[in-house]
Amino acid sequence: MKNRYSFGGDEHLFVECDESMSLEAFFKSLSMTKAVKASGIRGITEICPANASFQIKFDPDVISPGDLLREVQAIEDAAERAEPVIGTRIIEIPVFYQDPWTHETLMRFRERHQDPKATDLEYAARINNYATVEDFIAAHSGAPWFVSMVGFVAGLPFMYQMVDRPRQLQVPKYLRPRTDTPKLTVGYGGCFSCIYSVRGAGGYQMFGITPMPIFDPEQKVSYLRDFMVFFRPGDIVKFKSVGREEYDQTVADVEAGRFAPAMRDVTFDLTEFQKGIDAYNAKLEGAIHGR
Amino acid sequence: MGVRVINPGLSTTVQDLGRPGYFHLGIPIGGAMDRLAMRAANLLVGNPEDAAGLEAVFVGPQLEFTADTVVAVTGADMPIKVDGEQKPGWTALEVRKGQVLSFDFLNKGARIYIAVAGGIDVPVALGSRSTYPIGALGGFKGRAIAAGDELPVGAAGGAKAGRSVPEALRRGPGRPTELRVLPGLYWHRIAESSQAGFFEDDWKVAPEADRMGYRFRGGRKLEFVEREQPFGAGSDPSNIVDSCYPYGSIQVPGGTEPIILHRDAVSGGGYFMIGTVISADMDLIGQMQPNTPTRFVQVTMEEAMKARADRARLLQDIRTALV
Repeated sequence: MKNRYSFGGDEHLFVECDESMSLEAFFKSLSMTKAVKASGIRGITEICPANASFQIKFDPDVISPGDLLREVQAIEDAAERAEPVIGTRIIEIPVFYQDPWTHETLMRFRERHQDPKATDLEYAARINNYATVEDFIAAHSGAPWFVSMVGFVAGLPFMYQMVDRPRQLQVPKYLRPRTDTPKLTVGYGGCFSCIYSVRGAGGYQMFGITPMPIFDPEQKVSYLRDFMVFFRPGDIVKFKSVGREEYDQTVADVEAGRFAPAMRDVTFDLTEFQKGIDAYNAKLEGAIHGR
Repeated sequence: MGVRVINPGLSTTVQDLGRPGYFHLGIPIGGAMDRLAMRAANLLVGNPEDAAGLEAVFVGPQLEFTADTVVAVTGADMPIKVDGEQKPGWTALEVRKGQVLSFDFLNKGARIYIAVAGGIDVPVALGSRSTYPIGALGGFKGRAIAAGDELPVGAAGGAKAGRSVPEALRRGPGRPTELRVLPGLYWHRIAESSQAGFFEDDWKVAPEADRMGYRFRGGRKLEFVEREQPFGAGSDPSNIVDSCYPYGSIQVPGGTEPIILHRDAVSGGGYFMIGTVISADMDLIGQMQPNTPTRFVQVTMEEAMKARADRARLLQDIRTALV
């Protein structure tokens, strides 16, 4: 597939790798943004990867829109010939599914939901043909996810699960967005999971909560002292279902500056991944704890 | 030297020329919505153009100065007073220790910019002093100013009272306001009749208009080109697989009410966009009030670049006038 290029006014070049979401489209967007960054084209001020597209902000006083377009198109040709391999990191994120805080919130906004008689997880399990909520949670936390975009608001990761299309979970957003979502809620909308970095409005279904802060403008959280935003596009995330006890312990550890997220640098090879998804994912997950 | 906040106004924030470089992490550029007015205010009081000042929307604040200084107010037309005495806008004003700057009701425009010699000296966060309230980042404690706050001011360098920006160089939006738009992004998703209609129709600024985005009402609903929705895009024809949003981009959820994203934009989402307001007209949006009649004018990239050069010349003329 060839990229579609379009200008967003006189300061943005918008590049759509595919209309549809897929791991291939995301991978192309990510590797192209890496290649554009490495190329050091003058006049580029920001490069923002999204799920199946990306955006370049540029200064047209430094490089003309036409010249920028030609240089980026030349990179596309080179990127298509390159090996589909990237260096990234895999991170284990603890999630307390069916927690009391998102439950309290979802009950407050029941009239905005497709199925006011069920919880968000019960609804999601049913429409994805899972017999129980536990089975659905097992699917959500069973295979890893690519952080396909960081944004909307500060530090919020959108994640796409690393499974083939028939196994993708899909859940519509709330009929009308809520005016409140607890901070660190693990949400779901369309084919994307997310973690709300701050408290606020939201339309994604709420599945649980993580005890691990991912945005800290005061930079007091020990692992956010170097930079206030935790996630980067291209990170690989593995959710780990935890109970109340472990959740509380992790919150306390974060407070005390004792908590460090379990993570490792890894290489991701799209071709190898496609040869055997489950085996490849198992290998990636094994790397988290150095097995 | 400091500025004591007696009354903050409706929503007054510390802003400079913004925080580029973090949009890929969801942190928008921010900064003054009307950049030219902010630059002019700084030039008037002898500050670097990117010094931090105050942006107040619709209602001006009431501020007391703890030392003699020079201030300037630019942007919207809002009567300015020092200790109750009327003072001119777009002019460097001398204020004495203990004097109070205040404002009457807004006449025209939407946002005033207050520069103080030395600049508002809050800590720099990610390269800027601009306030990003959603992330509690930058500005004064990450929020709009409140009564009782004391804002620190930096060391002044050679501020002289009395200078003015010539009237011919003070630009505000016309009525109806014309906003120039370069079609693109997902422009192909709407029918030809809607492409033409968007530029023919009379629009009006809706009440939902803030630093994040401006919503418009009054034009016809857009008709979509039929298609089977792509995987991951959502079921509404105005949905796309979540993508980045350019500053100035025009999204139309459900095809009904266009929203132009501004300096505090969300960085991405799942609504299609039909094009982007050109950089030269972004400042104008910052001066639009709800209900302002608006026309969208289609331009080419060449015209956008020419408008950009005109805008740069205007800034250069202001600089020259204030040397």
